[in-house]
Amino acid sequence: MPSTRVTAEQAPRAPLLSLERLSVTFATPAGAVEAVRAVSLAVAPGECLAVVGESGAGKSQLFLAALGLLPATAQVSGSACFNGCELLGQPARALDRVRGAGIGMVFQDPLTSLTPHLTVGAQLCEVIRAHAPRARHAAAARALALLQRVHLPDAEQRLGQYPYELSGGMRQRVGIALALAGDPQLLIADEPTTALDVTVQAQILALLLELRASSGLALVLISHDLGVVAGLAERVLVMRAGRVVESGAVGALLAAPHDPYTQELVRAARALGDAAAPSPPCAGSAPELLALEQVAVRFARRAGLRGAPLAALSDVSLALRAGEALGIVGESGAGKSTLARAALALLRPAAGRVVWLGREPQLLPRAQLRALRRDVQLIFQDPLGSLDPRLTVGEIIAEPLAVHGEPEAPGARVNAELLRVGLDPQLSQRYPHQLSGGQCQRVGLARALVLKPRVLVCDEPLSSLDMQTQEQMVQLLGVLRAEHALSLLFISHNLALVRRLCARVLVLYLGRMMELAPAAALYERPLHPYTRELLAAIPSTDPQVEPGRLRQVRPGEAPSPQSPPSGCVYRTRCAYALPLCAERVPVWEDSGAGRALACLRWRELP
Amino acid sequence: MTEALLLQGRWWNAAGRRFRHNGLACTALALLTLLMLAALLGPWLSHWRFDSLDWQHLGQPPGGGGHWLGTDRLGRDLLVRTLYGLRLSLLVGLLASSVSLVIGVSWGALAGFSGGRVDGWMMRFVDVMYALPYLFVVIILTTLFPRGSLTVLLVALGAVGWLTTARIVRAQTLALKQREFIDAARVSGVSGAGILRRHVVPNVLGPVVVYATLVVPQMILAESFLSFLGLGVQEPQASLGSLVYGGAQEMESAPWMLLVPASVLVLLLLCLNLLGDGLRDAFDPRDS
Repeated sequence: MPSTRVTAEQAPRAPLLSLERLSVTFATPAGAVEAVRAVSLAVAPGECLAVVGESGAGKSQLFLAALGLLPATAQVSGSACFNGCELLGQPARALDRVRGAGIGMVFQDPLTSLTPHLTVGAQLCEVIRAHAPRARHAAAARALALLQRVHLPDAEQRLGQYPYELSGGMRQRVGIALALAGDPQLLIADEPTTALDVTVQAQILALLLELRASSGLALVLISHDLGVVAGLAERVLVMRAGRVVESGAVGALLAAPHDPYTQELVRAARALGDAAAPSPPCAGSAPELLALEQVAVRFARRAGLRGAPLAALSDVSLALRAGEALGIVGESGAGKSTLARAALALLRPAAGRVVWLGREPQLLPRAQLRALRRDVQLIFQDPLGSLDPRLTVGEIIAEPLAVHGEPEAPGARVNAELLRVGLDPQLSQRYPHQLSGGQCQRVGLARALVLKPRVLVCDEPLSSLDMQTQEQMVQLLGVLRAEHALSLLFISHNLALVRRLCARVLVLYLGRMMELAPAAALYERPLHPYTRELLAAIPSTDPQVEPGRLRQVRPGEAPSPQSPPSGCVYRTRCAYALPLCAERVPVWEDSGAGRALACLRWRELP
Repeated sequence: MTEALLLQGRWWNAAGRRFRHNGLACTALALLTLLMLAALLGPWLSHWRFDSLDWQHLGQPPGGGGHWLGTDRLGRDLLVRTLYGLRLSLLVGLLASSVSLVIGVSWGALAGFSGGRVDGWMMRFVDVMYALPYLFVVIILTTLFPRGSLTVLLVALGAVGWLTTARIVRAQTLALKQREFIDAARVSGVSGAGILRRHVVPNVLGPVVVYATLVVPQMILAESFLSFLGLGVQEPQASLGSLVYGGAQEMESAPWMLLVPASVLVLLLLCLNLLGDGLRDAFDPRDS
């Protein structure tokens, strides 16, 4: 193994945090599992180090071990020094002085890392007063200052709100404020943007960049995505299977990666982040397989809550032709999953029609609908959750065959299907929890394909997978689509991914259609201001471009679909909004060349 | 089909392996097996019957006159009567639990899976049943029907026992309904009944099996309680509860008459509860 040490030559200042041959071993019934193997690293004051690797590479374990946050089944050896003090083996009380006050931590999931029954203000004050005893009102004032420092809108009002009342991006800002409450010298951010939309991700990264610049905070950024770290980090450490495989300055590492694994990561990040990748051509006049006509979906409020039902989808029309791939993009809350469920006749629209191959599934008797379902299949966002934990892979894939009365030789069909999605047929005896996320997603794909459907609806199928696995799945979907004349309805919040797979793209915002255009044209010349914002938020792997891009990130998040703005729903975030936009609802109009959009001002925009 | 059974078996094997690593639960299982064997075979091996009277040894303390654990006031062998009572208690416990589980799982899964108005009505019915003072119901049942009828006892216990099971299963089903694999099955064309049978019930069975081991002791205890009140098993039949009742009346003059059945009852309940704990741990793969 080449030297895994990033030592004083590269970081001339005395390190703030230094890990020396840190190893973490978990005792499991199946034997000891080495999660981290003798990793050494140093973080200098004010420096930003990125730790990159796939899930299970030991990135998080490394820092959790240093902070004494691992469960008792973990054995930690080596050394972890913060400001010259050894952290390993210290009693909890000594560690409490370092945790929070010396080192702050930001977690991946901003909802689960906040206590649900305490207000934002109470949580902040608790941390503030734990580190420096002060009067209640002084703590409250500091809490407010912290929230303002992380640019939480309406900070004063937020102090009295509960975590569930905030959006994902706001929660992550509160998470960062919590980490800053003890005035740490080092902030460890563990996948801080993985659970967030691409636009919000850019905002959070911009915030971290600003905090570093303004207060000289050292930052450790843990991520599976090289593109995310390129704009922030000075040095990158690539980990795989508990070891450091490569480390170096971000520019050099991205320009000339040495280790084959790093090369693969860089390639994957480039391929997905590259907005100039070719898109498949549009299908001309092939027959329509799946169509939504003026579909609206409303959800009733829960009992006890008054008010109009929540409009999850309003006036959405689309047509998917044979062999075509149509992308649906938008942030969370845009109604993408609702659209998928409506398209699959899993829920009943409040208005409008869903048409499959010229027939309306909602009007069919149940038995006929079930028979028709074989042509329209679905793959899900959560690879593990979409597989019944009590059934083996073989049983899962064979189930649709049995349902549709094709029980002949299911074993052979299952094996053929597993091979088709690139899995070893021997896996058919395994249970879902024994597989990796990527393997589970392939099983889900095999189950969808075993009936030889004509339409495949993909609901964020890649967002919970590693970069590398995402890239493999994209290639697989591309191949399957070409080989079997599949039509894809591909739903994602990742514009770059959609671009690679889809000929046409529909942009949704708060359940309404914003823009529909051929992929190439949309990416080259986005007309709608919202599309422009989405495109600008894609992280780039170029460390020269990235910091500049992050400084220009626009603030603001999607309002709650429970109370959409009047007029054009996007106007509250739009850079070009006029008073007129609050009064008139833009109509869906054709802008030529197979494009259409809903914007009052698109003709006048620069 | 055999292939499917084998695969299903593998899942149980993993749970079995985790169970075998739990010493306390294994001991409980071994003791329970011994108790069951003793209850089944014991009364046959002795030359005393549960209702035969030994006029030479009335109220004999343990060890004398060929009665290992003594006799009661009527000279009936206490060991044989205790084993006989254990048999009856186990029978009532297992049968009543099975009845309550079958009703509870079906009711709860159907209510949770149907949702909406059906769910509302089904669960309100459960609430009403809960609100009935069950002791009164049992007393009324036992006065309407011949006293000491095993069927009445089973109906009375089963009628109450399934309510909690139904609630647990409904809650589990509601959580399962949100999972994507249920949608996946629906998209595959599986009918509602098929989803319920194949995807919902097997997935709630793990927690239910565990709960069942805790229901059995509850049922045995309830039966003992009813017998203690004189509403359950009638003389000369015996259950652990009626024996404890009999023993309690002679507590001062013949303490063994209380101690013997009471110890067996405590041992039985302890074993069942430990077994339940062990099963819960074994069925939860996240713990390993």
